[in-house]
Amino acid sequence: MRLAQRFYLREVVSGLVLTAGHFFHNMGKHIAHALGRRDARGAVTIQYPDERRPLAPRLRSLHRLVRREDGSPRCVACMMCETICPARCIYIVADEHPNPEIEKMPERFDIDLGKCVFCGFCVEACPEDAIRMDTGILEFSSYSRRGMIYTKEMLLALEPAGPDGVPRSPVPIPADRTV
Amino acid sequence: MILDFGIAFGRVAFVMFFVLNVAAILGWVERKQSAIMQDRIGANRASIFGLRVMGLFHPLADTLKMLTKEDFLPARADRLLFVLAPFASVFFSLVAFASIPFGDTLRVGDRVIPLQAITLNVGILYVFAMLSLGVYGVMMAGWSSANNYALLGGQRAAALMISAEIAIGASIMGVVMWYGSLSLQEIARAQGELLFGWIPKWGIVVQPFAFILFLTAGIAATKRIPFDLPEGESEIIGYFVEYSGMKFGMFLMTDMVETTVLAGLCTSLFLGGWQVPYLLADGFHFPWGTVVGLGPLMVSLLQVGSFVTKVAVMIFVLMLIRWTLPRFRYDQAMRLGWLGLFPLSILNIVVTGAVLLAWGARP
Repeated sequence: MRLAQRFYLREVVSGLVLTAGHFFHNMGKHIAHALGRRDARGAVTIQYPDERRPLAPRLRSLHRLVRREDGSPRCVACMMCETICPARCIYIVADEHPNPEIEKMPERFDIDLGKCVFCGFCVEACPEDAIRMDTGILEFSSYSRRGMIYTKEMLLALEPAGPDGVPRSPVPIPADRTV
Repeated sequence: MILDFGIAFGRVAFVMFFVLNVAAILGWVERKQSAIMQDRIGANRASIFGLRVMGLFHPLADTLKMLTKEDFLPARADRLLFVLAPFASVFFSLVAFASIPFGDTLRVGDRVIPLQAITLNVGILYVFAMLSLGVYGVMMAGWSSANNYALLGGQRAAALMISAEIAIGASIMGVVMWYGSLSLQEIARAQGELLFGWIPKWGIVVQPFAFILFLTAGIAATKRIPFDLPEGESEIIGYFVEYSGMKFGMFLMTDMVETTVLAGLCTSLFLGGWQVPYLLADGFHFPWGTVVGLGPLMVSLLQVGSFVTKVAVMIFVLMLIRWTLPRFRYDQAMRLGWLGLFPLSILNIVVTGAVLLAWGARP
């Protein structure tokens, strides 16, 4: 170490100049903001529940089941998603569809979001484009494991996020959620 | 008689009001200043009826939280000393401010009111006696907790504070020699004189070396970062490890009050105390000959305002240091205290003495 560094005082002063510079720079921006310059930001903080970062358009968020025009699921219960799911979080029970050209439809379509790893393989595997992860919903939580299981009805009710990435449907609440 | 008593009470009340409020608000200042220094916003969520006022309610919320927390007493603790320690700690730091002058004498009618809680002709010694007694609070806390970590923390704190107090005492000797008085009021008054006819003769001008030594040793004595090795909020456990609730809060408050006292001392000794440059008892006398007359009350107000402003600036600097420098290791702090600050302070005394001797009398 050089003598100047051993003495430490010069380093202290340069450190203080740096932090004081940050302080006055940010303080100036805060004051400008308070005086009406809305574009002046003195901090990089995004105050999360009040303001949100814009989501990337390809972000994988909560799943939804795409509906046909009559409101029934587009899913044909081919089990492709259930097969490819690495977390094995999809559970499908198939049923016969009244329309013989469609043949099958899911009677049950449950996703256990407590297990889901949001890899998006189900979306890729689906031949009918029946499942998508574009709701923009990121905040789903529960006090119980049962509460993390989302059923067909809940997934069908979801809408895709708006063009600005803001979710258009509320976070679904499972009927049997205990808390 | 009643009036005299009232005036004395008012002086003490002003100082107590000032110190306690500044100490209370320092928690907010510390959070917000550090946040702005680090490009953050800082605590701003505590609200009363949706009113946030930039997080000013956070100290209030903190106090409320501490008051309602469980007041825990370890089973094997020394009951008396355990309870006494935080009180001793905060008491001695509070009374230390008493002899720091916040203005010159105020003349109202035929009364002369010194703007100082108590007028002592050995004010400096009183302040350092009180600050040194604060060590007992720390040692009592460490010993009475019946916890080895607390004991070690208290021992570290005592070692650090003693090594710092000696450097403080030696570093202000230069100032005392220069102004020839141990009274803080006399020192503040002497700093109103001018050097070469235009530079205010503040302590920082005539004793810049002593200022740096005093500031360093002072931060060490208040146990704040970078000298927070007795506590080490984030990693090490300090002497108050067994304390909870408001007793813990009192140790935190001691920190804040000591910071205020240190800022007040720096102001009185090195930044001209309550002096406003070129302001004499009857108004401004600028070196280029302009004279602006002012009434005695206005002058006193300006002096008190000047003192408060200087204390605020000093607190800002102390906080800046606290949020900039990393912590010293125990051996580094000891080496700095005994092999760095102390000999340099002695050197400062010798040089000051030589200069004073060479100039004949006190300049």
